[in-house]
Amino acid sequence: MDNLYQELILEHNKNPRNFGELKEGECLKQEGLNPLCGDRLIVSLKLSEDGEQIIEDVKIRSDGCAISRASASMMSEAIKGKTVKDAIAIFHEFHDLLLKKHDPSVCPHLGKLEVFSNIWKYPSRVKCAALPWHTLNEIMEQTSKPGQSTSE
Amino acid sequence: MRLLKNFESYRHDFPALYQEVHGHDLIYFDNAATTLKPMVVINEVMNHYYADTSNVHRGVHTLSERATLKFEAARESVRTFIGAASLSEIVFTSGTTESINLLAHSFGDAFIASEDEIIITAMEHHSNIVPWQLLAQRKGAILKALPMNECGELAWDLLATMITSRTKLLSLTFVSNAIGTINPIKEIIALVRSVAGTKVKVVVDAAQAVAHLPLDVKDLDCDFLVFSGHKVFAATGVGVLYGKEALLESMPPYKGGGHMIRKVSLEKSSFADLPDKFEAGTPAIEGVISLGSALNYLQKIGIENIRTYEEELAAFAEAELSALPFIRVIGKASCKAAIHSFVIEGVHPHDIGTYLDQKGIAIRSGHHCAAPLMEFFGVVATARISFAFYNRLAEIKILRNELIKMWEFFHGQSLSRADLRAQ
Ligand SMILES: Cc1ncc(COP(=O)(O)O)c(C=O)c1O
Repeated sequence: MDNLYQELILEHNKNPRNFGELKEGECLKQEGLNPLCGDRLIVSLKLSEDGEQIIEDVKIRSDGCAISRASASMMSEAIKGKTVKDAIAIFHEFHDLLLKKHDPSVCPHLGKLEVFSNIWKYPSRVKCAALPWHTLNEIMEQTSKPGQSTSE
Repeated sequence: MRLLKNFESYRHDFPALYQEVHGHDLIYFDNAATTLKPMVVINEVMNHYYADTSNVHRGVHTLSERATLKFEAARESVRTFIGAASLSEIVFTSGTTESINLLAHSFGDAFIASEDEIIITAMEHHSNIVPWQLLAQRKGAILKALPMNECGELAWDLLATMITSRTKLLSLTFVSNAIGTINPIKEIIALVRSVAGTKVKVVVDAAQAVAHLPLDVKDLDCDFLVFSGHKVFAATGVGVLYGKEALLESMPPYKGGGHMIRKVSLEKSSFADLPDKFEAGTPAIEGVISLGSALNYLQKIGIENIRTYEEELAAFAEAELSALPFIRVIGKASCKAAIHSFVIEGVHPHDIGTYLDQKGIAIRSGHHCAAPLMEFFGVVATARISFAFYNRLAEIKILRNELIKMWEFFHGQSLSRADLRAQ
């Protein structure tokens, strides 16, 4: 049990960081759905307009399970202030971690996110931890396409 | 007391109960999803593969004849179990979902026209919603839903005004898989008959009723009744469509293939008699045989005894759950099956499910394929416990204690005795 619901996960579930929504028009938004359990979350992202694509602000709205809330909360902390390029790199490392393909010597950027390193033992819950990241990644993929504007 | 003892001994029939999950004796509370299989059923399936493997209805050889006999004996078991008049009225399908799709295509294509009305209810499983939506789209027909009250009971008196001269069909569930409501099917059908005679056909989704309540299609006077084998202690991949003979006669085939024909030329075919007309291709032979065996097993225990015992389980669970101050029970119908849905402030149903699994308790968490119902109650998901006759009162006590520990775990604080007594 404590394997999955580590102290840090429980704490983020109870006091999630950066929860809410950014103002319409000033950000990019994406809805994430898990049709299996009916979980729904919204990621809003504000990027710098100087071409650097720095994530200036991020907010998440979620009424999901502890795993998905904690993952969303910790994701927001991990990416805030980073460039989209760096955030994508973290996404890929996290993805590998969830699938037990993670090699810490090659992927050094996870830090606290390593608390999810046991999730692969609970296959039905991997999707919960992945949903915020996949939703974020959908926005990032759109913005990192060449010629794409960064505001809606 | 004697009843309790008997039911305790039936546990020995279910080998899956005798295992540990994460170091705890398994407590299986997910019977609405699927039921465990008794040894007699497992043996029948094994015996078919060991000794009788063959196709049915085709070979003249001994193995095929043996298999065919068992296959058709299963049809007779189904007929007696639901009180149907004739074997022609029992069609084997792959499950409830296929039975309803068969109806939506065969009955729907033949008898539903543009502007006709189909009525379902606000508490249906997706499999009793989507096939009718697709039919309505194909035909330009209108789909209406009978509402329910905040306890989760159908406002079925409204049928008197909902039914119009264009209404062709009412399809509704006997027992809600999500919240356990038992609908007064007999009274509802009587109302339909008094308003519209036999012009409105009634489909009863008995998926959640068949293992728990007596079914008598003649007494209910339903036109169709459907259920799945796997929810009544038989294999997956088999189900039943019951239909009144004259209705099934009047309906066109659903799937074409082997076994459902009388004569085939390259231009045109004529079709076999009932029920073969609706049984194209090689069926789930071992599944059908397992269903016959499961129903015979239930007949021996007595479905009335099962009902009485499960009422006891349900009443105990209701009392234990509602004594916990942090639990909100979803669905408070006055007549309920042994299915309980609940939510807990601050703990998502998924976390409830994972936590309990670590204690060896299998429950279901999610939307139970009943999204419209979930929306009605303003929740995205619930935790659901559902019983079968092999469950025990003691298991419910264990669940209660684990729920308290779970609440404390996720909230990082302990509940005092006073907290638990308040309420
Ligand atoms: C009320 C009800 N109807 C229909 C179904 C669908 O049954 P199956 O998936 O076996 O076809 C279920 C299964 O959960 C159910 O509970």
